[in-house]
Amino acid sequence: MTEGIRIRLQQSGPIPLDATLECAPGEVLALVGPSGSGKTTILRAIAGLLRVANGAIHCNGDAWFDAEHSLHVAARRRRVGYVFQNYALFPHLSAMHNVMEAMLELPVAERERRARDVLARVRLAGLEHRVPAMLSGGQQQRVAVARALAREPQVLLLDEPFSAVDRATRQKLYRELAELRRELAMPVILVTHDLDEALMLSDRMCVLHQGRTLQSGEPLQVMTRPETVEVAQLVGLRNVFRAGVVAHDAERGVTFIEWRRHRLEARLQPEFEIGAQVTWTIPQGHIVLHRRDRPSRGEHENPVFGKVVECLSLGENIVLSVAINGSERPPLFLTVPAHTARRNGIAQDVDIGVSLLSEGIHLMPVDNARIRSKPVQGGKQSQGAGKMGR
Amino acid sequence: MDWSALSLSLKLATWTVLILLPLGIWVGHALAANRFRGKAWVEALLALPLVLPPTVLGYYLLVAMGGASPLGQLYEAAFGRPLVFSFEGLLLASVIFNIPFAIQPMQRGFEAIAPEVRDAAACCGLTRWRTLWRIELPLAWPGILSAVVLTFAHTLGEFGVVLMVGGSIPGETKTVAIAIYDRVQAFDTGGAGIMSAALLLISLIAIGAAYFTASRAPARRHD
Repeated sequence: MTEGIRIRLQQSGPIPLDATLECAPGEVLALVGPSGSGKTTILRAIAGLLRVANGAIHCNGDAWFDAEHSLHVAARRRRVGYVFQNYALFPHLSAMHNVMEAMLELPVAERERRARDVLARVRLAGLEHRVPAMLSGGQQQRVAVARALAREPQVLLLDEPFSAVDRATRQKLYRELAELRRELAMPVILVTHDLDEALMLSDRMCVLHQGRTLQSGEPLQVMTRPETVEVAQLVGLRNVFRAGVVAHDAERGVTFIEWRRHRLEARLQPEFEIGAQVTWTIPQGHIVLHRRDRPSRGEHENPVFGKVVECLSLGENIVLSVAINGSERPPLFLTVPAHTARRNGIAQDVDIGVSLLSEGIHLMPVDNARIRSKPVQGGKQSQGAGKMGR
Repeated sequence: MDWSALSLSLKLATWTVLILLPLGIWVGHALAANRFRGKAWVEALLALPLVLPPTVLGYYLLVAMGGASPLGQLYEAAFGRPLVFSFEGLLLASVIFNIPFAIQPMQRGFEAIAPEVRDAAACCGLTRWRTLWRIELPLAWPGILSAVVLTFAHTLGEFGVVLMVGGSIPGETKTVAIAIYDRVQAFDTGGAGIMSAALLLISLIAIGAAYFTASRAPARRHD
């Protein structure tokens, strides 16, 4: 791929990195991971604000960084559009002049015309002469986006661009960015710790932890079918358990697993050998609560029964912890709307039934190795097993 | 009123500011932007004139500039007259004892700029010069202004170092602060009073103007 941006960064300190990323023109790649996972460091390295020990960065065929050849193009020569977390606007310059500073190679009249155009594009027409302190948080963010785009960058870097605004403004800015991105022809890398944001705005998502890129792919795919237990935990999947593979039925597209004396049907995943120990997970959207008054057909799919051990109210939703086959084992978590819980009389110590939709049951190796690179050994134990329920 | 002393003081203060302004911007900017080993010691060295008794500083300057020192000999060979007890010698001393008054406020001024603003300037494609001129100087200017005013006012008022290095040669090294002392020694309290009042007024106007301008800084608009 000569179009787009290719990034490979490695170093052992001071901030450890082992990251490989690619982003095609017009594509939005979300870098997600907890605080301190190296997201901003990667963006800074792409922009040339930080020099990493090893690796290379190529953008549209040009080498921006190549440690082997001691090549490091200065930040100001890279044509990067960077929207900083707190926008980093020039506080003494008007919105107009903030944007104009990013295109100094043009004659002044042209600069002014272009700055007006770009500001109008981010809906700031009429506010060109205000300094940042006289703009709201959302408007400041738009100036930062306008300034980044004014440079006609070869790559657009967005560092948590929505974290400094209130929720209502954020929703508005999401819509605007979603609209804007259709017009953008360059690769866009969005750093966020918010998975919903990544899901909403990105084409691909890359999960990062302690400087390592763990898994890249279509956001929903990564969030529902993580390759490793580590990724599952990072994308917030709480239902992670151990089981044994019993059989594959290729005709029906089903893999059978044995979990706490239940035989569960899962989506066919023949890469796991029969008899092997696996870790499995299920997104909460694939757990269906049985109605107590009116049983339905869906209840035949992997029904399991247990006692509600905890009800945690989160506004409109309630998170239920359900003990399946004994309360000493890690519970199954499911989120239901508060009104559903009320209507079904669900409270602590009540027995309920749920169906685990087979399409949502996803198998992973017991340790953190990816299945493709390392086949699972039957019955192998791992250090990461302590966090999982059997 | 000793007009020649007053004009000499103003001339000395102006030259000191003119020399320390670019020097202070350079050193203050470098200290604010970089971290290096031994930085604390460099800062301590630059702050030394704040705490040293003026006579101690004056003594070392006198030794360093005297006819027996390499600097003194070099100056004498080049210009045919000694460096000590000359206006140039006094100016050199004045620059040195004003270093902390010039550099520290400028360094604080540059340090107050968020590092991301500099990063943003680099990502916008600005050169270092353009960043300094267009972004950093306008943002650090309250610090630079207070450095200028402090240096100017402090030079007007300095007594000990000036007496040690310059002596009290009328029209050459006799500043208004020394003239006041001379007047008092000669029991001319009237003359001393007028000159003290003049010095007080000049200092007050300078500092007042600086405070007034700095207090209006955040509301400033730039189109």
